[in-house]
Amino acid sequence: MQSINGSSRRSLLRACVGGACFSLPGKSRVAIARNPAAPPDASHLAALVDRAVAAACNRDAPLEAWKSIAHPGETVGLKVNCLSGKGGSTSIALVEAVCERLQQAGIPPRNIVIWDRLTSDLEEAGHRTGARKDRIRCLGNDEAGYESELAVFGSVGSLLSNTLTRTCDAVINLPVLKDHGIVGVTMALKNLFGAIHNPNKYHLNGGDPYVADVYMLPPIRQKVRLTICDALAPQYEGGPSYMPQWVWPYRGVLASRDPVALDATGWRIIERKRAELGLKPLGEMKREPLYIARAADARHRIGANDPASIEILEV
Amino acid sequence: MALDRRTFLVGSIPSMLAGAAESDARFVVEARFYEKLPYKKIKCKLCPRECVIDDRERGYCGVRENRGGTYYSLVHSRICSLHVDPIEKKPLFHFAPGSLAFSVATAGCNVNCKMCQNWEISQVRPEQVRNVYLPPDKLAEAARENRCVSIAYTYNDPVVFCEYVLDAAEAGRAAGVKSVVITGGYIQEEPLKQLCRRVDAVKVDLKAFSEKFYKEVVNGELKPVLNTLATLRKLGKWSEIVYLVIPTLNDSEAEFKGLAHWVKSELGPDVPLHFSQFHPEYLLKDLPPTPVETLERAKAIADAEGLHYVYIGNIPGHPAESTYCPKCRRAVVERAGFTVKAVHLNHGRCQHCQEAIPGMWDGSLHS
Repeated sequence: MQSINGSSRRSLLRACVGGACFSLPGKSRVAIARNPAAPPDASHLAALVDRAVAAACNRDAPLEAWKSIAHPGETVGLKVNCLSGKGGSTSIALVEAVCERLQQAGIPPRNIVIWDRLTSDLEEAGHRTGARKDRIRCLGNDEAGYESELAVFGSVGSLLSNTLTRTCDAVINLPVLKDHGIVGVTMALKNLFGAIHNPNKYHLNGGDPYVADVYMLPPIRQKVRLTICDALAPQYEGGPSYMPQWVWPYRGVLASRDPVALDATGWRIIERKRAELGLKPLGEMKREPLYIARAADARHRIGANDPASIEILEV
Repeated sequence: MALDRRTFLVGSIPSMLAGAAESDARFVVEARFYEKLPYKKIKCKLCPRECVIDDRERGYCGVRENRGGTYYSLVHSRICSLHVDPIEKKPLFHFAPGSLAFSVATAGCNVNCKMCQNWEISQVRPEQVRNVYLPPDKLAEAARENRCVSIAYTYNDPVVFCEYVLDAAEAGRAAGVKSVVITGGYIQEEPLKQLCRRVDAVKVDLKAFSEKFYKEVVNGELKPVLNTLATLRKLGKWSEIVYLVIPTLNDSEAEFKGLAHWVKSELGPDVPLHFSQFHPEYLLKDLPPTPVETLERAKAIADAEGLHYVYIGNIPGHPAESTYCPKCRRAVVERAGFTVKAVHLNHGRCQHCQEAIPGMWDGSLHS
């Protein structure tokens, strides 16, 4: 386990070239940490996560940032995205790095739960499910079950995962940065479709307003405290299925406490890549992710969509 | 499998808290209506939604899955709700009155109506409810043993378990059991035609007469449903229409007039039209039940338009539950709730004046 004690503040400050990680008042912070030269190994990845989380939480020391996210005695859920199998799912190394940091922040392994919709999806993505030696739990909603009462907001009525409602006090959202053939892009907001029993009902109209409405369901709004988006090998076309021909080595992670700001930023990253390769913008493909703006509107106010209200911190 | 009439074999109660995975190999068959696309994607051609589905993903209905570029139904013979009902409960009023219908459903639906009475099975995936394995031959056998004239594919929309309906209706026919489909009619023409070759009667829930309602309340479209009704008419398949009247959402006089006019001009005056009372359910719990006066107003408008068989439903004991001869105005089928009190028909004709009353009174078509 790589230590984060002591060593980080100075290196973090060094990494924040030009003072980019100093907060601007009233803005949502989205931190982007990259290692463009080479694929990050486990220790480099942990360092990337530290830099991104510290900047996103506006803390000098990563450990302080982690402690601001989750508190001893709480059970923390890690909502990964495993539907696309190996290659297209949240990196196992990234998840393990988050587990390590949570433990260093005082969360015992028995209080960490890695979850997604199906246990089989978790296994196919490479997770160890069942009785793990380290006592971290890892299971799908199919195993944990769903609430029997509907949670309702706006256009949606869904049964929520028991893992979200009954097991977890806090959730760290760990989506993957990728293109989506119906809703445009999928990252922080859309990943919470994995907390409901009927996500197939909410892809109409490019997911607008459904994605934003699902995120408004109280246990989601109240419990998701941070998003760390896996952008190690994002996919700019052909998603959400894993299509290696459309993946590029961005070698980064994005972190934010504002899921809307993170999605807006991730979308721009995908659009830049598409433009670089001569692909049409998502809007011209009739799959502009309008749900991101919806999540920022007066009815939702989940976060900031306007670039002027988002502070991008490249750390 | 002998069942008491009221036996409730399989609970319609979702096993949300259990959620145990079950082996699904017996329930999985390749879907019949879809198109393969590049990159292992598929386009579903079963309902007008035409979901384009990535590998490992499911369609809107939640019961069809793309596995490596091949599309599968996950609900063949996978029954989550099973009851023996009077046919009047469907309702089909001109089909073997007083008979029993062996009624089955799977999980899933291709629409998401905010007033759904059965959302606990229709709006879930098959893994999220308890199921039994009931292959077509066993279903037909069970229906016959329970003295059911028909198998009713109902509760959720059988469009989503179309492959099973096709196979089971064939098995039923071989066993001397009819098949009736209770549907929202949101289906493409080709699968509809195939269904019509196998089943004997269709009840269509026409949920409103406006695209706005279909978009906002049903998450579907009106036009394909009207096309379905027109196709059923063209194919000569016995059909009845139910219109659930929901206060403030689909109960305007203009809508009733438009509906009645369309039915008469496109389908003819003899198609039974049932105006049913709404009860607050699912996502429409903030509306009151439909006032009886509203239902009576709807019936009066449809009667005035010249429709011959207009009923009021979900109001037990209402006189408009009975069937009246359009010529002599006397009752030919007297009903109270789901009970048939008397039938005054002779080979499909009014016993009083000999007027032909269209329907499948003994399970065969009279028109």
